[in-house]
Amino acid sequence: MSFSAANFNAGLAYARPEIFLGIAACAILLLDLLLTDAQRHWIGVLAVLSLLITALLAAGQPVSGRIIALGGMFELDRMAQVLKVVSLLIVALVFIYSTDYLRRRAILKGEYYVLGLFATLGILVLISAANLITVYLGLELMSLCLYAMVAFDRESGKAAESAIKFFVLGSMASGTLLYGMSILYGVTGSLQLSEIAAALHNGLAANVGILFGIAFIIVGVGFKFGAVPFHMWIPDVYEGSPTCVTLFIGSAPKIGAFALAMRLLPEGLGFSQPDWSQMLVVLAVLSLAIGNVVAIAQSNLKRMLAYSTISHVGFILLGILSGTAQGYQAAMFYTITYVIVATGSFGMILLLSRQGFEADMLTDFKGLNVRSPWFAGLMAIHMFSLTGLPPFVGFWAKLGVLQAVLSVNDTWLAVVAVLFSVVGAFFYLRVVKLMYFDEPTDVAVIGGSVLMRTMLSTNALVVFALGMVPSALLVLCQRALP
Amino acid sequence: MFPTILFFVFAAVLLCAALGVILARNPVHAVLLLVLCFFTSAVIWLLLDAEFLAIVLVLVYVGAVMVLFLFVVMMLDVNIEEMRKGLAGYWPLALAVAGFVVFAILNVIVVKHLGGLTITAAAPSPVGYSNTRVLGTALFTRYAYPAQLAAVILLVASVAAIVLTLRQRTGGKLQNIARQVAVRAKDRVRIVKMASEKRP
Repeated sequence: MSFSAANFNAGLAYARPEIFLGIAACAILLLDLLLTDAQRHWIGVLAVLSLLITALLAAGQPVSGRIIALGGMFELDRMAQVLKVVSLLIVALVFIYSTDYLRRRAILKGEYYVLGLFATLGILVLISAANLITVYLGLELMSLCLYAMVAFDRESGKAAESAIKFFVLGSMASGTLLYGMSILYGVTGSLQLSEIAAALHNGLAANVGILFGIAFIIVGVGFKFGAVPFHMWIPDVYEGSPTCVTLFIGSAPKIGAFALAMRLLPEGLGFSQPDWSQMLVVLAVLSLAIGNVVAIAQSNLKRMLAYSTISHVGFILLGILSGTAQGYQAAMFYTITYVIVATGSFGMILLLSRQGFEADMLTDFKGLNVRSPWFAGLMAIHMFSLTGLPPFVGFWAKLGVLQAVLSVNDTWLAVVAVLFSVVGAFFYLRVVKLMYFDEPTDVAVIGGSVLMRTMLSTNALVVFALGMVPSALLVLCQRALP
Repeated sequence: MFPTILFFVFAAVLLCAALGVILARNPVHAVLLLVLCFFTSAVIWLLLDAEFLAIVLVLVYVGAVMVLFLFVVMMLDVNIEEMRKGLAGYWPLALAVAGFVVFAILNVIVVKHLGGLTITAAAPSPVGYSNTRVLGTALFTRYAYPAQLAAVILLVASVAAIVLTLRQRTGGKLQNIARQVAVRAKDRVRIVKMASEKRP
């Protein structure tokens, strides 16, 4: 591929959101030095503002078809645009929820936001990657920030332990992914996803080397998603990190993982779809089974939500493995709605936590209805949605994936998915039961700033509205992945 | 002919050194063997006309990274025997996994010949070929975007390292030079006027 400076400079316009976010993160990092501890919360305000501006920049780009720019490294299509805007908004929400929590624990430091912004930049790069190099760099940028964020609260030994686990396992997964990519490069002779797809189209799809590379790539993707059997880090990291970091890890990086899977598998390796679908079937079924069954035994809400993440990843993988546009759309819809619901659920834990007290045990939610009927109602919306009860949004997401799976005649997969969803209903509804039918053990007044309460309410109402009128988001996903 | 002999000699040394890295009981020996690994791979890269990469590998990895490694290994004083105590019990599993991976790799490379993929030797470089120039051009044109991203990753790494290690201890007895210099006599000595008293 020839290179021209004029083309490169013209292409910079497409990367405007990434460039702005990168500069904003550096500026905030510098500004943090000048502020006193009393002014520190302005860093949070600036971080949220820069995320919103980036989201506006990303949403304002006219996108038609697929644009390849920056020497073939960067790709902008409708899927990229939608995923970017959603992840930017989600991270802004996460920052708003986190500020109170950080301040009450006296760990409000500018670096939390700076690392978060750089992680978001990594997610954006990953979403717009058109080359194995950019895929890997985006993934590493995101992961490195996450490792540091987990260990961010230095007083907590548990956080340090989970950070080390996360770091060691994560580096191993990155190494495996890189190994898979190097095999792909060795066989096809290109790092460009479109050229890999072309090489596969010209008869390399049956090459056993490709199959070998795919196996390693699936390991890397499975780890970043947290699919069984690469899920070991999820419960420990979710439980061990400060809740605001759990919230961060549980939200936007899932969109990054989805983008990673979509770029590598359907886009780069689309012609080997039967091969990777078979591997994903194993991951999906195991994730559904272990995620839903083990979650029942958890008494810690963060751990329970960790296993619930694993089971939802099973559903997302079901959508991807069906290998049809319908399946990809369903998986995208599932990812976006899941991330919104997960942000709200972890936000509720943040709301109930206070100085020296983490509301992360299931029993802490006992009798929430007596303490605050409004927030109990909001939490119930999230739990119903995670269960997949109609008319909440989780139902439409599950329905879409099941339709996609049925349309490729994998009936047994759909049956397995439904069965384990029913198992999963037990532990989501247990939270609802605890909130409405048990006596409160904790009678403290619910804290949280006005902004946080408003955003939590909006978050839950968005979930409710999406359940009532899912068509807008569905159409968006259909247009993103035709 | 001569380059081929060189390649096989250095490839053999590289493989032995790499094995030594994981088999050496003493971590200091392991690090030194890793240095040998880097040296021999640098020579192999030289044989491939990649002189810039070869020099960078020696300068950066051997000169800086491995020296730091050595420092860390020497300072940590890890008791390897203690750490390996529990590990020995896993050897059947490790052997099974390693055996399976080796089998899979051999199956792909030897039995199926990489699916019939032929490997052609790279064309010899033209006269006056400069690896440094080619790399520089590539980095600042086609790969400008990844190069910037790599820079951001390095920035994040340094920020993260500082966040995780910089500790401002409270209550420590530290000198504040600026305050020491700015101090005036009236800050330290208080002259108190007292009425004189009579000797009893």
